[in-house]
Amino acid sequence: MIWVDTIVQGVLLGGLYALFAAGLSLVFGIMRLVNLAHGDLIILAAYLILVCVTVLGLHPLLAVLIAAPVMFAVGWGLQRFVLTRTLGDDILPPLLVTFGLSIVIQNALLEGFSADSQRIPLGSVETASVALGPISVGVIPLLTFASAIVVILALNHLFYRTALGRAFRAVSDDATTAQLMGIRPASIFAMATGIAMVVVTIAAIYLGVRANFDPTIGPARLIYAFEAVIIGGLGSFWGTLAGGIIIGVAQTLGGAINPEWQILSGHLAFLLVLLVRPRGLFPRAFD
Amino acid sequence: MTLLSTHGLTAFYGSFQALFGVDLRIDAGETLAIIGANGAGKSTLMRALSGILASSPDMIFYDGASVGALTAPEMMAKGIAMVPEGRKLFPSLNVEENLQIGTYGRKTTGPWNLSAIYALFPILHERRLQASTSLSGGQQQMVAIGRALMSNPRLLLCDEISLGLAPVVIKDIYASLPAIKETGTSVIVVEQDITQSLRVANRVICMMEGRITLQGTPDSLTRSAIHNAYFGAHA
Repeated sequence: MIWVDTIVQGVLLGGLYALFAAGLSLVFGIMRLVNLAHGDLIILAAYLILVCVTVLGLHPLLAVLIAAPVMFAVGWGLQRFVLTRTLGDDILPPLLVTFGLSIVIQNALLEGFSADSQRIPLGSVETASVALGPISVGVIPLLTFASAIVVILALNHLFYRTALGRAFRAVSDDATTAQLMGIRPASIFAMATGIAMVVVTIAAIYLGVRANFDPTIGPARLIYAFEAVIIGGLGSFWGTLAGGIIIGVAQTLGGAINPEWQILSGHLAFLLVLLVRPRGLFPRAFD
Repeated sequence: MTLLSTHGLTAFYGSFQALFGVDLRIDAGETLAIIGANGAGKSTLMRALSGILASSPDMIFYDGASVGALTAPEMMAKGIAMVPEGRKLFPSLNVEENLQIGTYGRKTTGPWNLSAIYALFPILHERRLQASTSLSGGQQQMVAIGRALMSNPRLLLCDEISLGLAPVVIKDIYASLPAIKETGTSVIVVEQDITQSLRVANRVICMMEGRITLQGTPDSLTRSAIHNAYFGAHA
């Protein structure tokens, strides 16, 4: 029974990784941009929520409602005025710029908030659990996983059922022809990164409630997110969820065998999938 | 009434000059055929008119205003829609989505909407949920034309719509042009194959090496005059 428990906890952890990864998946799917500052932007959003909670005295869920539009604006402006200028035939400039941005965000957060560990207080619900048959699962991990499903459903709806989603796909296919449809790629890209930052904010609240965070843990979140996207196959949101779950389960299984193996086994699972399915589990047909 | 005119229009790809001072005009409701061999500058002209290639402001006038410096989305919003060479459908979008995206930058009420396109090309209604890449070349061309029409353009630019298609399919495609002209839309048809384009056009312009070498109504131009303008006088 302990194995079932371990796997269930791993699946729920995978929900958190899918939340980390969903925004990355959206941005990469549309403009082939790997944002190396994605993890640090999650941490930035967590601090933003923390400030709303501790300074303004807001409830954490209310703080998310304030932080989400702020992060949308951050993402929109970042894409419109910085990242879009780096896009082109050369794949190196966006990597260098977002790598630099990652360092800037980490150090700005260190200056502003020190290296002390922080967490977002959510009261008794933090430790609450529900019995699921013979095993008991935490309410927060359950909420995290449910949020991941809702986010993936929402992104799928946006991407495949709305006019904006059609524009996302069209620009991704062929930016020049998209302009003939009256689509301005730069504003489409800005919108995509803005939406990705809203997802990042949702990821940040669960990150901050679940465990401690400090300004330096962003890059590790990026790695998990990136692995989830690659495992799932570029451009597939459900694949990203599957990728998150695979990493989550691998980590908890590895951790159950030997606590030292927890992080390593997640990476090994990633390498294993790459070995068997180099394009990921659910690659989009056109790339 | 003149809808669009160019004045000494030039275009460059780096140091290579593709257009050498092209002057043309098209009236509202008129259909203009631009013919010429490969490399004559026809597609470059279309790219300039659609805004993909930026020009000097006063090189292109549209509806009484200078529009040469506008971007492609701005030109599209003003009512200039293009059927690009090679069709250029979006592979990630199905047939109906490819049509719907034609209205993204210009939402007007007019004769053209999904049901009107499906009435013009009934086969597309049957295939509306299929991937656009699964269609035959002719059907893809129908989607590309329908996509451009969805914005109810005042000027429709058709770049090589017969390219790579079987003669019988070309006939089908061109059979749709009278219905398009009937709605009052001006049409510029660019072709290497002159037979079909001469049949639908009110006026013909022949281009060679980035210059206009001949123009007139289809009836007034003799076969040999077109031949000389097309290939050069001594070819």
